Amino acid sequence: MKHMRITTAHQSITFSRRMMLLGGAQAAVGGLLVGRMGWLAIAQNEKYQLLSESNRVQLIPVPPRRGWIIDRNGKPIAINRASFRVDLIPQQIVNGPEVIAALQRLMSLPPDEVERITRELSQSRGFQPVSVGDNVPYEQYAAITVRLPDLPGVAASQGFTRFYPGGSTVGQLVGYVGAASASEYEKENKNPLLLIPGVKIGKEGLEQNLEPTLRGEPGGQRVEVTARGKLVKELDPKPDRSGGTVQLTIDSDLHQYAARRIGEQSGSVVVLDVQNGDILAMPSMPSFDPNNFSDGISRNEWKMLSEDDHLPLVDKVLESLYPSGSTIKPSMALALLRAGIDRNDHVFCSGSYPVGNHIFHCDKRHGSVDMTAAVVQSCDIYFYEMCRRVGADKLSPFIKSVGLGEKFDLPLGNQRYGTIPDPEWMRRKYHREWQTYDTINMSIGQGNVLVNPLQLAVMAARLSTGRKVLPRLLSGHKIAQQAPLGIDQDHLDFIHAAMAGVVDHGTAAGAKLPLANVQMAGKTGTAQVRRITMAERNSGGVRSNESLAWKMRDHSLFVAFAPAMQPRYAAAAVIEHGGFGAQVAAPLVRDTLLFLFDKQKAMASLQAFEEGLGGSLEDRIARKTAAWRSANGLPPVSATKA
Amino acid sequence: MITSAIIPRPLARLPWRLIFLVVGIASFGLIVLYSAAGGSLRPWALKQGIVFFGFLSIAVAMSWMKESTIKSITFPLYGVTLVMLVGVEALGFVSKGAQRWLDLGPIRLQPSEFMKPAIVLTLARFYELVPAGEIRKWRAIWPALALLGVPAFLILVQPDLGTCIMVTLCGVTVMFLAGLPWWIFAGPAATVAVAAPVVYSMMHGYQRKRIDVFLDPESDPLGAGYHIAQSKIAIGSGGIWGKGFLHGSQSHLDYLPEGHTDFVFATMSEEWGLVGGVLLICAFAAVIRWGMKVSQNARTRFAQLAAAGLSATIFFYVSINLMMVMGLAPVVGVPLPLVSFGGSAVMTVMLCLGLLMALERQQRTVSRLI
Repeated sequence: MKHMRITTAHQSITFSRRMMLLGGAQAAVGGLLVGRMGWLAIAQNEKYQLLSESNRVQLIPVPPRRGWIIDRNGKPIAINRASFRVDLIPQQIVNGPEVIAALQRLMSLPPDEVERITRELSQSRGFQPVSVGDNVPYEQYAAITVRLPDLPGVAASQGFTRFYPGGSTVGQLVGYVGAASASEYEKENKNPLLLIPGVKIGKEGLEQNLEPTLRGEPGGQRVEVTARGKLVKELDPKPDRSGGTVQLTIDSDLHQYAARRIGEQSGSVVVLDVQNGDILAMPSMPSFDPNNFSDGISRNEWKMLSEDDHLPLVDKVLESLYPSGSTIKPSMALALLRAGIDRNDHVFCSGSYPVGNHIFHCDKRHGSVDMTAAVVQSCDIYFYEMCRRVGADKLSPFIKSVGLGEKFDLPLGNQRYGTIPDPEWMRRKYHREWQTYDTINMSIGQGNVLVNPLQLAVMAARLSTGRKVLPRLLSGHKIAQQAPLGIDQDHLDFIHAAMAGVVDHGTAAGAKLPLANVQMAGKTGTAQVRRITMAERNSGGVRSNESLAWKMRDHSLFVAFAPAMQPRYAAAAVIEHGGFGAQVAAPLVRDTLLFLFDKQKAMASLQAFEEGLGGSLEDRIARKTAAWRSANGLPPVSATKA
Repeated sequence: MITSAIIPRPLARLPWRLIFLVVGIASFGLIVLYSAAGGSLRPWALKQGIVFFGFLSIAVAMSWMKESTIKSITFPLYGVTLVMLVGVEALGFVSKGAQRWLDLGPIRLQPSEFMKPAIVLTLARFYELVPAGEIRKWRAIWPALALLGVPAFLILVQPDLGTCIMVTLCGVTVMFLAGLPWWIFAGPAATVAVAAPVVYSMMHGYQRKRIDVFLDPESDPLGAGYHIAQSKIAIGSGGIWGKGFLHGSQSHLDYLPEGHTDFVFATMSEEWGLVGGVLLICAFAAVIRWGMKVSQNARTRFAQLAAAGLSATIFFYVSINLMMVMGLAPVVGVPLPLVSFGGSAVMTVMLCLGLLMALERQQRTVSRLI
């Protein structure tokens, strides 16, 4: 420590020095403040201006109108109807049970609906509105509107409801729409549009797969709001853009006709235009009514649909796989011709065909048959023998080339495309060598052969033109180039004649078109779903389908094209457990194709058919629902939901 | 100083340049308060105007006080203020969750405000009494630490962190200028710099979060960082020229909290831009510089130290508030003097200016031949 006397003079010097230091520090702080302010106001001005604007302006989204789905002639398949709707906003509800009771009284809600609302309310997150009613009659809407102050959490608004004029006939094709679920909301990065009451998104079928086109762009009312959410003034609105209209290749009238013609059966029909591959109809029946799904479906309704053994929730055109049965025979015949088999060679059909220690059967004794007779009479033993001679290696590639086992580019996500087996596949899938009996099974479309009805229709179309027809569902899609399949014209003419023979005097002779100038060419098929034991054959022969339980009966199949000589349309039908192909599927295809050539005659036929069933499709569904409800001890559905 | 034959001598001898500056700042403040109320004199601008001119009159009146008078009331003023601070602790009532006000029937006093000028005067007087040779001794240090530490502690436990920091800084400034050895200041500063990271690592989660939010307000824009985030948006979105008078959306739509009190500078910047902000900062700088000049020209040690300390009080007011508003300091609740709505800050600043004017008058009137 220095021993220095500090005088007043020293003190004065220290003071001025430290004053300078203090002044300098103050100036530095001043400079820092100005610099900081310049940084905020100049360098970061843009960022903060943006933040200030996003504070000030809020967008109240205006949902876009969903695009229409129309058929090839512009007829509506899915449209929007103006409607009144009532929703519950879970966050705002004060006394849930009281509000629901009030709504039940005001809207005369059936107990089913009350149960659905209560359930959805307990599952929903705070922000997610629960639909009370989508299509509320004006009187009820008005009654609720005047009581809104006493019903916190209830929101009444005007909006649009999806409407499907075709009802249940288009259910499997279009799918349905519904309010977004919590997971769908998360998946779209919390898109605020999905939270608006009444905004529906596609859940299944075309509605789901065409969602990007159909949804459109939400608009918005831009408003200036305070930090507390009070509206100050309205700014220029941002217009919404409606979803795009999607035109299908479907002929709505034909589609509905075919759907109704299926009747009480479980099955599907596909009709193609062979010139461009347009899918004109693809109903799968029975189905669900998408109109009932759009405002939420009650648990009972769902239960009834999912318990039905006719599988109304399955698209039988694309999702169901069946053995092709004898409908594969024309293709098999072409494959044999290509492999060098002479079509005039005969095979003797004695009704049974031993392979190793197993005996394969034919449904009757055809005697000596050539290829024409084998197709027309659907003789199995001819195909057993000829296919065995050629071998599966030479057959499978051609069978695949006509469309069986092929996956098509369609805006539907649920295609299952089945199997056309070959030795390589057998090794890969079952780790065993291909056996002769595999060829025998494949030759008549049994065994490992599994196809969907669309593939059968494509097969019919390709056999009719000899070109690679590709199915098309959206009118906006390019028509695919139809490359030739490389089939001899001679072979093609032969198979056309044989298939015409099937309808003219063969297995489908009962299904001729009642027209003077148009002939149909086709092939029946009957696919076994059970194994016929030797014991059964020995004790009085194979049991008839009628004597079996419905689930055990054979599937009834038919493929066709018309007119037989200048093919324009191709069709396929599969009726589950319908019995012989000629019995059910062939008349169904006949009437459906008839509709394309002579609507009056077709409608008359349908009318007679429906009278035989006991009323129109809607009446029958209503009766079926009522029967199911009473069998399950439920009160009948009140008229308000209709 | 205006010299004119027409203006009466007592008026002419007032420091008009300072008064113009202060009136200018306060008027600008009133315009901002008028806008903050959505273009209305009520509830803030009119009341604030009355308070301001009231205290301005008191300050002008104070300028006739003699230095000897100021000296003589210094210790009593300090003593009374200290007693009142204790009184606040003992019987003050809870307001805004903190005990700050002393309710004396019709008047409500905030004693901590008086402490700002009081501590400056007291320490100035103390160091005037300490002989020059004693200044580096322990005797010259511990009484000052006690004089400063007791009120600072009482204010801290109110709790009023902002005022406590200000009182401490004012006192430390006077001690620094008095010529206390360097290590008194450097030592604690170094200790804080070293200890801060250690303390941070030992803190609880929620305490750390407060620090984190101060360092990065955007990390919690809806919670603790809301004030700073919105204030920065207001200042930043104003740009160079501002959004225009009455056109500040942040303040008018209530996104900016406390837009008429602690965050009034953000309200101003949004509408008047960088230009208005720099102008206001320069005006305050001029006021502080005037005060520092008074200190430099002072001929007594008391006047030197007191004038510098009082200027520093105004400086700390302005700079802490601005740093807080621009996100350079945590939100501690220090208003912007003369601009923010509220009487206390006006009162304190006007007391300081009144004393400064009194000291300045001494320099001009008292004979230079002492």
